[in-house]
Amino acid sequence: MTRYGVRTLSLGYLAVILVAPVGLIFWRAFEQGLHPFWAAISNPIAVHALKLTLEITVIAVPLNTAFGILCAIAIVRHRIPGMGLVNALVDLPLALSPVVVGLALYLLYGRDGWFGHWLLAHGVQVLFALPAMVLATMFVSLPFVVREVVPVLREIGTQQEEAAATLGASALTTFRRITFPAIRWAVAYGVVLTTARSLGEFGAVSIVSGGIEGRTQTLTQYVQASYENFDQTGAYAASVLLAALAVTTLLLMTVVKRGDRSS
Amino acid sequence: MSKRFGDFVALDDVSLSVESGSLTALLGPSGGGKSTLLRVIAGLEVPDTGEVWISGQEATALKPQKRDVGFVFQHYAPFTHMTVFDNIAFGLTIRRRPKDEVRARVEELLELVQLKGLGGRYPAQLSGGQRQRMALARALASQPEVLLLDEPFGALDARVRKELREWLLRLHDEMHVTTIFVTHDQEEALELADTVVVMNAGRIEQVAPPRELYDEPANAFVMSFVGPVNRVGNAWVRPHDIEIGHEPREDAHEAQVERIVRLGFEVRVDLVRDDGLRLHVQLTRHEADLLEIAVGDIVWVRMRVERTFSAGGEPTHPVPV
Repeated sequence: MTRYGVRTLSLGYLAVILVAPVGLIFWRAFEQGLHPFWAAISNPIAVHALKLTLEITVIAVPLNTAFGILCAIAIVRHRIPGMGLVNALVDLPLALSPVVVGLALYLLYGRDGWFGHWLLAHGVQVLFALPAMVLATMFVSLPFVVREVVPVLREIGTQQEEAAATLGASALTTFRRITFPAIRWAVAYGVVLTTARSLGEFGAVSIVSGGIEGRTQTLTQYVQASYENFDQTGAYAASVLLAALAVTTLLLMTVVKRGDRSS
Repeated sequence: MSKRFGDFVALDDVSLSVESGSLTALLGPSGGGKSTLLRVIAGLEVPDTGEVWISGQEATALKPQKRDVGFVFQHYAPFTHMTVFDNIAFGLTIRRRPKDEVRARVEELLELVQLKGLGGRYPAQLSGGQRQRMALARALASQPEVLLLDEPFGALDARVRKELREWLLRLHDEMHVTTIFVTHDQEEALELADTVVVMNAGRIEQVAPPRELYDEPANAFVMSFVGPVNRVGNAWVRPHDIEIGHEPREDAHEAQVERIVRLGFEVRVDLVRDDGLRLHVQLTRHEADLLEIAVGDIVWVRMRVERTFSAGGEPTHPVPV
């Protein structure tokens, strides 16, 4: 009896919290058939928003992946004083509200900010442009690769790397031939999570982007703007697009998990 | 050289020279510094003070990859995502040797370590003994000057261990590569090595050929660590240096036989002397048969040779009693 109780409760919870809202969006988007949906997502502003979101993701994810791997190696392999602090700091983006992150970047890169003043003087526009949006996205999606890779690095230990060194392998060769193959599934998993987080980022980006239609408006911001302008079909259609991207990354994650298990 | 890890002194002013082509054992209890010494030779640890010289060249500042040493780790450290073939080929492929040469060399090594035909397997599909031999082949592939083995047989069961020991001896006879291995098993050290280095608490207690180590231990630690021993007051007596007789003697003590264990050729007799001291005695089967002793018998025991060591650890001469 309790077994059925637990099942009903967990499935019911999922239905109310997850399935109903997402399902409703799909239903609303396709309520008037395919044509209005297609019209809504193929208008130039929506297309630009999608492109911008993808562009940000394509820059932020590789940078965070490279940093994440380096940072994980530093935390696990090098006994540098202060590494404990770094380890704790990496989790900050998970704890901090994205709005606060956006505000902090605004203060740093704004006209009177520490960096912004100097950068503007040298003709570099960060705020209300792609650089700030990438920075905000990188900030919020920073922990994922580090958090996935650190436990795996701990688990594999140092012996294989030491063995490679005694066999004549340079540090780079050892990383390429020994360390990376051992952590690759963790990295892939981290990349998927980083991508999902980057695509969906709203809070921090919306503060530093300015949200100018057709210029600095990401897909999430487009959803909000459409909704506020009573363009419900547009809002729902863009939401469906975001949801489709999320589902794709989730599917990738399943593939990654399967690969992980088979190795 | 010396090496500390925080407060722990792993190597305390140690100096050792190993002859080219020899087979040397670093023997001692765990935590005695032997693995650290091996890792310092390989360049995996940097000594706090002191120097490492390999084949007439100073290597103290050289990274492990420049030292031309082969290292076999205690748990073999196989590259788990590579096949046996690729594991063994690793040292050659990273040196960008031609493919044909690599293939030929690996096949030769597979044959040498009796893993012929298993090149396509992954380390997880090998038994412990096979994995150990794969690690050895991997270390030998680029023909190192020095082969270092950390507890090479530690994780194997007794039968495989014995086989591998004999096999390693034959291999060393064929290849003549300078070999240093770490072990806490005195039998292994005495059987394999031509020189045994006894280490304890970060210091070298004695460097000697196996026989000398057993017959002329430098101090009480070596005496008690290498081979079985009885402690009689301030003196140390080997179990086979105790004589058992039925007749009373001036220089003998009365004792009662407590236990007799027959191990094929060797017979172990445990006795309790009249002053309460417990003694372990080793007899050959022949001696035991002649004595005709049984548990509970009262016999007379006499020390043939006993050794005393001064407080500084220096041996005073063995005293035939």
